[in-house]
Amino acid sequence: MAHKNIQLDHAVILDLIKPESSVLDLGCGNGDLLYLLIKAKRARVQGIEIDEQAIYKCVAKGLNVFHGDVDSGLAEFNDKSFDYVVLNQSMQQILHVDKVLADALRVGKRVIVGFPNFAYYKSRLQMFFKGKAPVTESLPYQWYETPNLHFLSILDFKKYCRAKKINIECQVCIGENHKVLFLRNLFAQVGIFLISK
Amino acid sequence: MNKEKKIIKIESVGLVKTQEFTFDSFKLESGEKFGPVTLAYETYGCLNSERTNAILITHALSGDAHAAGVHQGQDNPGWWDEFIGPGKAIDTEKYFVICSNILGGCKGSTGPTSINPKTAKPYALDFPLITINDIVNAQKRLIDYLGIEKLLAVVGGSMGGQQVLSWLVNYPHNLASAVPIATTIKHSPQQIAFNEVGRQSIMADENWKSGNYYESTAPVKGLAVARMIGHITYMSDKSMAEKFGRVKKEAQEPFKFTADFQVEGYLRYRGDNFVKRFDANSYLYITKAMDNFDASGGWPFQTVLQGTSVKVLVIAFKSDWLYPAYQSKEIVKACKLAGVETTYCEIDSTYGHDAFLLEVEEESHLLKHFLKKVLYAYEVTGEYGA
Repeated sequence: MAHKNIQLDHAVILDLIKPESSVLDLGCGNGDLLYLLIKAKRARVQGIEIDEQAIYKCVAKGLNVFHGDVDSGLAEFNDKSFDYVVLNQSMQQILHVDKVLADALRVGKRVIVGFPNFAYYKSRLQMFFKGKAPVTESLPYQWYETPNLHFLSILDFKKYCRAKKINIECQVCIGENHKVLFLRNLFAQVGIFLISK
Repeated sequence: MNKEKKIIKIESVGLVKTQEFTFDSFKLESGEKFGPVTLAYETYGCLNSERTNAILITHALSGDAHAAGVHQGQDNPGWWDEFIGPGKAIDTEKYFVICSNILGGCKGSTGPTSINPKTAKPYALDFPLITINDIVNAQKRLIDYLGIEKLLAVVGGSMGGQQVLSWLVNYPHNLASAVPIATTIKHSPQQIAFNEVGRQSIMADENWKSGNYYESTAPVKGLAVARMIGHITYMSDKSMAEKFGRVKKEAQEPFKFTADFQVEGYLRYRGDNFVKRFDANSYLYITKAMDNFDASGGWPFQTVLQGTSVKVLVIAFKSDWLYPAYQSKEIVKACKLAGVETTYCEIDSTYGHDAFLLEVEEESHLLKHFLKKVLYAYEVTGEYGA
């Protein structure tokens, strides 16, 4: 990874995407990842984002972005409209994950999913020893204010892919500031998967 | 020069003058040949030597060519002055801005009030039924006359947005970007219904006389009521509540059914003011053109947009119930399916349809950065839309 001063998850995703690809980012936030993809990969990019203020930030970066929710925003694209569809840190906040993932795999030739690992050891310790819902770096919210609707582990996602016959082309698990290469479901804060159907 | 004057100079395009362009004739969508046609227009800023920085502003139902700056001896600036000027969203130090009064209008362009050369009298109802595409085709003549092959952008709200869509469909090779604001591919029955009530109000006025009122009293009562209905649809429930509440007017007249509430006074004032500056027949012709418009021409809109390299920015407003956001989303959906580079934003505004004139900060931000991107793409690649 030769990217400096970039969030680790963004650097990982950047490495997964081939130059000059077309990328749709679902829940693109302020557009940082898409901006990087234009600069580093000359990608053709499109974002979808629900937050109005984030839209203004995306537009200021010169990005194409749709104001809307991910749950309904995908259905209107043709099959294989993009080389990649990215759901980075947004999948766990989507109401109908199953439907959106199926749609993402239809609209994109490949899909990149990044999510916080609920089975991270610190979460497990908080649950086990303190008896509290975990609050960690990758799951920083209290139970009453979290935007997350789904809590899953790296293992859960792999099982899901197997059941749905989704190919996992590549998986990268990251800890606080490094890649995790063993006991990933225990030591990774975030799992990033490149999948296709 | 004192400081105050300097500030005004920086913010405004200053003194402007309406100009005229006349061409012999052209073919209307109906097949009828019509002419001569005069278009009143204004320009702000300078056209660069490559002629690549021109932006056309298209006005709404009651608008005119006077979009920015002030006329000699007048205090009121143009209708979109907050958006057009040095350093503003549509920066006249960077862009050459054009705005023309539409065909069928009554602000200097040929319309029902113009003299019919065959009869030496105002056209009145001899004026042909025109369409939004006719309006745009006439604008295209003006753009050609100004020596502009490709517009950097066409920007407009409401009926102006319908014209933007017409440009996008009919002249995709003559523009780099399109900004339809608070508009629709085609009017819904509800929108047609409101326009029809306005038209019926005009035609029910005994002074209308089948449009032949130019030598007598104009149907001002009918036109004023049409405008009152219009104003109701331009505001939202919330913006009306905030603006007027149930506050009663100070001076009460000793009659029944006078304007007791402030909102009644406001609507009457707006109606009465409108008749001083607008022609009733123009109102009939223009609203009919809006109702008849269908940018898709009966096809799925995405098939019409297929293959275009025009960049699109679609803007809608949350409280706009006359041109609701779902109609803008229809445009966005077609752009998605056609693979058109598109940005869409639904601005959280309480102003209703009027928001496109009033939400200066958010709309300016979107316009400014979008136009910058389009111009930059041209400067880097030498080709728009690449």
